[in-house]
Amino acid sequence: MPTEIKAPILRLHDVQIAYGQIQAVKGIALDVYAGELVCLIGANGAGKTTTLNAISGTLPIRGGSLQFQGQDITSLPAHLRLRAGIALVPEGRGIFTRLSVEENLRMGAYTRDDKDGIEADLERVYTMLPRVKERLAQVAGTLSGGEQQMVAIGRALLSRPKLLLLDEPSMGLAPLVVEKIFEVVQTVVKEGMSILLVEQNANLALEFSQRGYVMDGGKITLAGSGEDLLNDPKVRSAYLGEEAA
Amino acid sequence: MNELAVAIPWLGSRNPKAARSVVLALMLIAPLIAALCGNTWVRILDFALLYVMLALGLNLVVGFAGLLDLGYIAFYAVGAYTWAFLASPHFGLHLPFWLVLPAGAGFAALAGLILGAPVLRLRGDYLAIVTLGFGEIVRIFMNNLNYPINITNGPQGVNMLDSLNLFGWDVSRHIPITDNFKINSLVMFYYVFLLFVVGSVIVIRRLQVSRIGRGWAAIRDDELAAKAIGINTRNMKLLAFAMGATFGGVAGGLFGSFQGFVSPESFSLMESIAILTMVVFGGMGNLGGVIIGAIALSLLPEILRSVALPVQHAIFGHVILDPEVLRMLLLSLAMILMMLIRPAGMLPAHARYSRPELASAGKGKQ
Repeated sequence: MPTEIKAPILRLHDVQIAYGQIQAVKGIALDVYAGELVCLIGANGAGKTTTLNAISGTLPIRGGSLQFQGQDITSLPAHLRLRAGIALVPEGRGIFTRLSVEENLRMGAYTRDDKDGIEADLERVYTMLPRVKERLAQVAGTLSGGEQQMVAIGRALLSRPKLLLLDEPSMGLAPLVVEKIFEVVQTVVKEGMSILLVEQNANLALEFSQRGYVMDGGKITLAGSGEDLLNDPKVRSAYLGEEAA
Repeated sequence: MNELAVAIPWLGSRNPKAARSVVLALMLIAPLIAALCGNTWVRILDFALLYVMLALGLNLVVGFAGLLDLGYIAFYAVGAYTWAFLASPHFGLHLPFWLVLPAGAGFAALAGLILGAPVLRLRGDYLAIVTLGFGEIVRIFMNNLNYPINITNGPQGVNMLDSLNLFGWDVSRHIPITDNFKINSLVMFYYVFLLFVVGSVIVIRRLQVSRIGRGWAAIRDDELAAKAIGINTRNMKLLAFAMGATFGGVAGGLFGSFQGFVSPESFSLMESIAILTMVVFGGMGNLGGVIIGAIALSLLPEILRSVALPVQHAIFGHVILDPEVLRMLLLSLAMILMMLIRPAGMLPAHARYSRPELASAGKGKQ
């Protein structure tokens, strides 16, 4: 477990987010340590995606603070957070449908100038995602859902993030494809990247994660190691579809 | 010069050299051919070039950045009125073109920012409504700012605008060759406008393939994802509005100098829609398509106008449909057919990759 005395790479303190009058996230605290895969699970409307968007800077927060690598990033705009090392793979994949696959991937390196580094990273992504490499010239909007998800992840990797935010990568995908995507996620974690994963597929997410947070009604109701949460009767009854014991 | 070949892509992709020379030759001899049919036709060509510039500018906003702008004509108006204020007896100012034209472009860009700032969070229909309102506001201002202080001279407009004087050469003067043969100033205007259009195409082409152009493409496809890959979407959208407006402003200045007269009625909503139609008809996001769309939709109605009356006379003995009515009818029909047959326009952007079965062909070059 990397939950040693090290400082967390990402720390949320009492974060509150609201859409107009509606309070979507009601003061949550959350940590991600370097090299960790942490998942955030919960039912529809619990505030998971909202939280992730707030971390990426695409959504303003109403209260609380965000720290990344010890720096306060609460008021940092989204495009600078990416430069700082936070990359988001948005819900519903959010690829550029009218650009080719290769253009999509290269877009991930939008903020970078090191040509050689970009080419090297592209090669890395190709080895990790062979399916994507076969379709470089294809318009991304014509890919299958799973392939689009792979492109979205590959694109995020091209910014060389330190923290990857994955929003429901399994959404609407066949089980076999989901497995492939989680393989990729694990490879990325092994390379030392930290990942915060939002998932509705709680079983799968907890199985792969070192730690997990359970969100409900805008609050974090449970936190623990992936294994503990997986075996927690409350989690099992609420999110894993089992009758309460 | 590579950008020239873009105008005819089907030849351009196979034989760019041939395409370039064909386009170049056509562009150069067009006014001479038109002059044979009468000066009216040269004037129509001149206007066609202004429309090309407007369509190129609007394409930057709508086609590249995906921001639907229904008030684009306002920037044309700003450019034209700048010329009217700074180079006419109206305020007694007669500044040279190299001051007035950039000023028009600058004011138009500023107007673009003024429009862009409040609509940053709007998309699609909502954006269209606000931009439409903006265009009307500008026109109504021009119409009513003659009281209490006379700024725009109201609905009468401003006349006797200085003509284009390029470093001592007055473009609006006929050039006499012999006693009874002279080169009409309309032809010279054509070549001057052509220079501006070619310049615009080169600049816009460069923009399209630059980091800025890619940023716009990203915003057009998915704004959240654009943010997520580190694009400053706010600045990029403002830049799109301002840069698109700049081209409108330059075209407006040229229009003022060419026409010698500006009035609010030249800048109606129908004009905005006409330019948008050119962009959509030709192919949003595709420079060659937009140019062809602008030329086609500014020439066809004129051809129709000159053909409809004699043809109806010959067939029915009298005129059944007024050419104006017929024009709207045929234009609308053309748009409907276009949307059914080629929804992405005559020359769609990214034609090579738009169908998956063609993708493997593109992959070969990797």
